[in-house]
Formats: sequence, structure tokens, C-alpha cells
Amino acid sequence: MKLAILVGTLAELAGVGLTATATWLIMRAAEHPPMQALTVAIVAVRTLALAKGALRYLERLASHKTVLSEAVELRGRVYDDLAHRRHIPSGTALTRIVTNVDQRLDAKLRTTLPWITAALVGAVVTVASGFSLPLIAGLLINLALLPWLAIRTPQDLTPLRAKLTEQTTELVHSKEELIAYGLFDERLHAATRTAKELSRKERTRDLTPLAIAVQFGAALLMLAQHEPAWLIMAAIATFEITVPLAALTRPSQEPTDEPEPACSTETPDLQGRTAIVGPSGAGKTTLLNALAHRLEPSKGALADAHVFHTTVRTNVLLAKPDATQEELDRAAEITELDLDWDQVVGERGEEISGGQRQRLILTRSVLANPEVLLLDEPTEGLDPEQADRVLSKVLDHCQGTALVVTHRTEQLALFDHVRHRGPISHEHVGRVG
Amino acid sequence: MVDRRHLLALIPIPFLVLAQAELLASVLSGGTGLLLLCLVIGLRVLVWWGHREWAHRAAERTRARLREAFLRSPGTKAGEVATLVTRGVHDVTPYVVGYLPQQILAVAVPLAVVIRLAFADLTAALTILATLPLIPIFGALVGAHTRERTARQWDALATLGGHFLDVVKGIGTLRAFGRAEAQSTTVRRLAAQHMTETMSALRVAFLSAFVLELVATMSVAMVAVPVGLRLLDGGVPLYTALLVLFLAPEAFLPLRAAGAQYHASAQGREVLAKVPARTETTGQAPPDLAQAEIVFENVSVRSLRNFSLRVQPGERIALVGPSGAGKSTILGLLLGFVRPDDGRVLVGGVDLQEIDHRKWLEALSWVPQRPTLVPANLSSGEQQRVALANALDRRQAALFLLDEPTAHLDAETEALVLKATRDFTQGRTAVIVAHRPTLLNEVDRVVTV
Repeated sequence: MKLAILVGTLAELAGVGLTATATWLIMRAAEHPPMQALTVAIVAVRTLALAKGALRYLERLASHKTVLSEAVELRGRVYDDLAHRRHIPSGTALTRIVTNVDQRLDAKLRTTLPWITAALVGAVVTVASGFSLPLIAGLLINLALLPWLAIRTPQDLTPLRAKLTEQTTELVHSKEELIAYGLFDERLHAATRTAKELSRKERTRDLTPLAIAVQFGAALLMLAQHEPAWLIMAAIATFEITVPLAALTRPSQEPTDEPEPACSTETPDLQGRTAIVGPSGAGKTTLLNALAHRLEPSKGALADAHVFHTTVRTNVLLAKPDATQEELDRAAEITELDLDWDQVVGERGEEISGGQRQRLILTRSVLANPEVLLLDEPTEGLDPEQADRVLSKVLDHCQGTALVVTHRTEQLALFDHVRHRGPISHEHVGRVG
Repeated sequence: MVDRRHLLALIPIPFLVLAQAELLASVLSGGTGLLLLCLVIGLRVLVWWGHREWAHRAAERTRARLREAFLRSPGTKAGEVATLVTRGVHDVTPYVVGYLPQQILAVAVPLAVVIRLAFADLTAALTILATLPLIPIFGALVGAHTRERTARQWDALATLGGHFLDVVKGIGTLRAFGRAEAQSTTVRRLAAQHMTETMSALRVAFLSAFVLELVATMSVAMVAVPVGLRLLDGGVPLYTALLVLFLAPEAFLPLRAAGAQYHASAQGREVLAKVPARTETTGQAPPDLAQAEIVFENVSVRSLRNFSLRVQPGERIALVGPSGAGKSTILGLLLGFVRPDDGRVLVGGVDLQEIDHRKWLEALSWVPQRPTLVPANLSSGEQQRVALANALDRRQAALFLLDEPTAHLDAETEALVLKATRDFTQGRTAVIVAHRPTLLNEVDRVVTV
């Protein structure tokens, strides 16, 4: 960070110095002094011209390196924090956490570093000018007032941004359904309207024209005060560095806090094999999630199953990293997983079918062989025969306790206990048709 | 695709640049023109403000067109489209707001400067004329070298960047298996790899900026020093010397800015290159499904191999078979979202691809395997039922496509759903993907895939 600031400031000072020295050279030459009076200035002009480019190159590399190394640390820290939280945030909150990390790093590179460099150059030129008043006033406006106006948040744009994200996500992920129901055009127009409104509100923050007005306004005042030409040109060059600061944006951090879900106090007996049945909406999944949260991670539980964008093997090995190929094959045999171990499953398991994804997740829990096995509709997406066969084999293999949410009455014979979850209320019945 | 109207606002800029340098040189050499200088500077700020305003509007119009084009393009993967319509579309802004205007200025301003200087001081004009072409030449040389790397970097960064999101999203699963802490080192290792990859790409990418910067500053030195020496000898008046000093950097500035914008808009240009060609979808009107027979003729796509099937009008068919056999793909083919690699799908003797897609979709009703167009706070069984209710409610539909309509439902609700399905699809064609045997009683024919 310090190196990036130092090199950046030197690079900008070289640029300002080049303009000032060249102007001084011309003005002095007009007085027709002896040649020796110009020698130092001529050497300085050539040296500064060379130095500026080289220093700029080094500054770019140093600042990017600073930010990227911080990314390594920040990503690690954010991940560790998540790994130790009691309650795991929802998918949306997790996406926002990742976005916030990226935005924070981007802000450092495009906001913090340029601002510090410009402020340091401004300070040096102010001293060199013998504290010229128009210069100080202009720098205060361009370094403090305009950036503050640009990044202050008079109106919170977060809800609008969230709305656009939501509309876009729906258009992408429900595209086929929207087209099939003739709703696509309407939703697309709605998203375009939101984007337009957002863009209009963001645009009003661009104060670049004001910064340019300040740049030349201060120079004209200095001109009227009969300041030396080299100083006026140095001032214009210094203000040039401050102009981009008027268009600074501070990306708003998206909210990631959410209320912790209420924990159900009900604890089912954890003995033998239990089936949980009941109408949809009765809270079966909630019960499993609550149980999973209460268990020691090592005891193993499967409630929220994510398929990672990697090979089938890596996805399954998560459960037991030191498993041998034989163990893997045995687990795959139990769940009838017919995928190549080295196939990549694609983002969110897009490259494999729904049933294959389900069996991959099952294979993982078979390999983990936990003390408490929690399964949420584990065979949905398989054909009935295979579903019953696979569940039976999985339960046979399980030596500990098993809790399974299922809808298939045919499977109930496989269990020691059946818990009926929640009464069937009239609200839940007969709404279809 | 790209809106270019804002470029018109650039016309006064070369004239204002010349006027400003003339007046500044005049005032500094003891002449008049301070008030006129104030006026010119005021105009320059105004023109700049107007141009920015137009440019941002043009950028928003371009973004809207791109979003639409990407969302409408058939057959692209959801993950890729999501990246394109969010970050990708956003990346096009620097191209419209920065790169396009700088491209124009990079030609117009140097031209104006050189012409003006030719009348004031021919030596300076010739020096600038000789060094100016070095910038695009060096820029093109370095650019040609970095172009391929930029394309590769986009892919590499997408993979590495995607890894962090993937791991964070799966943290629940990792914790369930006690693997969360073990992944901590992997996260750091891949972030470090991300850094190394990016830095090596940047070292090359910044090289072009370095070369442009160096040529520009060196040329200013090459113009200023000789003109100062000639001034010393009394060869040129102070006014001319100052004019040369002020105009020389103006000739290089837009070229350097264009170089920087070229770099900043690289990803935007990559995104523009991915814009799909417009496909006209106006086809024939769909045949009347009450009369038309649906025929699959040796269709091969994804896991389907030489699949053939005839569906009579008004017939209700159940598709059964192991998972991964291609049952949902058959529905995708009927919907027109999946196109056969080989073979054809005919409706009343007409190839489905020749039929107007919008009108065809209006004639059918579909419940997907995992409906998403329903409020997310419902349980999966409830979502399924809401989607089914919506689908059955489409009274004009003559073809029903139901993908496991009773998945996630308990037996009692399933019975209700089955009755509703039976009543609503009466006398209309239906293709139902079924896993549960109860569904099979509701259909006329069972087809094993």
C-alpha cells in the first residue's frame, strides 16, 4: 500500500514538474539569458519526461498487487468467519457477502489510492506555490467537497439495485417458464424500466464538469493575480489529477444480516429408523434443518446439499477425503450412481439430470456413514422402483439413527417409526383446480 | 446494437482546444484576451457536461439492447447468461462512454493541432507529425500481444472467481461433513493463484500504457527544448513558443486516453463480440392441436437416441423410465426449447422448428420439474401445486406437458391433484412425466423411455 502511494505520488509529481519546468524554460528563454542558465531546466525536462512513464507503470503494478494480495487475505477471513458462524446465512445473503468482498477491493483501487495520491501531490504543489489562495481553495473543492458530494448517499439506491438483481435473476432462471406463459416481454420491460431509473439516479452523481470548472476557474484567478506562468501551468496539471475524483462512486455494501430462524424445541426420538410424513407445508424440512443445526458437524447430517462445480469424485470425497476407490465404488453401488467419477457436474449440477444429482448427494451421505443420517425426500426424481430399492439399501447400510422425510407410503415398511408431522388443515387441501 | 448518438456532441471540442491554447498563450505573453479565455473555458465545460449526459443515456440504451439480446438468445446456459446480463452488460459502459468518444477525439484533435502548428512553427508541427504515428503503431503491437491474453484471462478469472462463490454457497454442505475448515486453505490457495494469474496478465497489459505514456512525454520534451532554444536565439516570438508548448501535449493527450480506454473497455468489447445474431422467429401458425398428430421421428439429442413416438390428438401419454433417460428432454423438445441434433419433431406434418414459437407456446401448458415462477417462501410441494394450478387454468391450452406433477406431494394431496388433472385435461392431448404408479391410471398409454 505504502509503496503504491509513494510511486504513484512520484509519478504524478514528475508529470506536474515536467509541465512547470517546460513552461519556466520558455518564459526564461524569452528574457534571452546566457545559455548556461537553461542547462539545468533542459536536463530536468528530459529526465522528468522519462521518469513519468516508468513510474506510472510501476505504480499500476504496485497498486494492483496490493489490492490482489488483500483479496487473498479478505477472502480467507470471510470464509473462516462463515465456517464458524452458528447459523449459516441463506443463499442470497451468501451471494451478497461475496459481492461485498469484490466491491471493497475495487473501491480501494479506484477510490482510496487515487484520492491519497492526488491529496499528496496537491499538498506538495501548494507548498511550492507559496500557498496561493486560489490554488488552495480549488484543491479543497476538488479533493474534499466534490468527492464527498459524489459518494454521499442522499438516496439509498440499494432497494432499486436489489430490485434489478431480482428481476434479472428471474428472467434468467425462469426464462423458459416465462416464455411458455407469454410473460417474458412484460418482465423484460419491467427490468429495463428499473435499469433506466437506476442509471438516471447514478448519473446525477457525476460531477466531472464541475471539477473541470474549478480547475480552470482557479487557473484564471491565478492568471488575474499575475502569478508566474510555470505555477499556473503546474496548477492546471495538478487539478487534472483531481478531476476523476468528482466521479467517484462508493458501491453500497448490500445488507447481509438476517434474522436467525426460530429453533423448534421439539426433538424427535433419535433411535432407529424414523420416517417423517405429513402434508407439504407442515414443516418437515424445517424440522430436519433445526436438527442438523443442533448436531455436532462431525456426527454428520444432510439437510442442505450443495453440488460443487467440480468432478463427481471430489463432490463425493467431501464426505470422507481418505476414502479408497473401493469404498467409493461400494457407496456408488448402494445408491446406483451411474456417473463417471471424473465427470464435471457443472454449475449447480446443470450437466447432470435431477435424479443423478439426487443419487450423487445420497452417495456422499452413504460414504460419510454418520451417526445420525438426515434425508429430505432423498429419492425424489428417481423412478419408484429404483427409489424404493435405493432407499432400502441406504437404510440397510446405515448403522446409526436415520431420519427420513418421504411422501411414498410404499417406503414406510422400511422404517421402525413413522412420525406424522402436523395436522392436515383445510387451507392446505383442495386449492388445486 | 451500440448507440452512438452522443458522439455528435464532440464536434466543437477540437475548435475549443485550439481557442483555449491561443488565448492562454496570448495572455501569458502579455497580450489581451482574458475575458474571451473565460468564455472559451466556460463553453468547454458546458460541452463536456452535455456530452457526458448524452453518453450515459446512450450507454443505458446499449445496455438495455444487450440485456434483451442475451436473454432472448436460445440455448445458452443459465450460468453464462446470468454473468453476461449482469457483469457483462455493465462492462460495456466504459466502451460507450469512454472508448468510442476517445476514438473520435484521438483523430480530430491531433489533426487540428498539427494543422494549426504548421502555420505557427513548422519544425514543431513536423516533430509531432513524426512521433504521433508511433503511438498507434506501438499500441497495436502491444495490443496484438495482449488481446489473446485478455480473452484467456476472462475465462481463467471467471473460473477462479466462481470458485469462491461456489465454496461460500456450499458452506452448509461443507460444514455438515466437517470439511469447512479444511477448505479454508484451498480458498486462500486459489485466491493466491488468482492473484498470480492476474498480475502476470497485467504486467503485459500495462506495457501498452507505458509505451504510450513514454512516447507522449518524450515528444513534449522533444518539442519544448528546441523551441526554447530557438526563442533564446530570437528565432520565434514568445507567443508562438507558448502556443507550441500548450498545443503539443493536446495532440498526444487524446491518443493516450484512447489507449487507456482501449484497455478499460477490453472486457466490454469481449462482451459485444458475444452478442448473438438475431434470429427471426416468425414461422407458420401452429396447426390445430385438436386435429394434429405429434410425431417424433428418430430424434437424437442429449441422452435420447433415435427416439420415435406418435401422439394422437386428445391422447394422454405417460413417460416412464430411469432418471437421466431423457424424459424432461422430450418435454423440452415439445416446448421448442431443445432442438434435435438429429431427426425431427412434426406437428400435423409440419416441422416444429418452422412453427412460430410464440404462437405455439400459447397453445400449450407446462409444469416444469422444479417450478420457479411461484413465491419462494412456499415448500417445494406447495410450489408444485401452485404451478400446476396455474398450468391447468390455461383454458385455451390444447396440449398439456406435466413434468412429475405429483412430486413432493403426500398421498392425500396427490389424489386431489390427480382428480384435478383428470378433469382439466379431459379430451385434450397430454404428455406427463411420471414416476409414481398412481399417475399411470390417469393416462391412455404408457411409453417407456
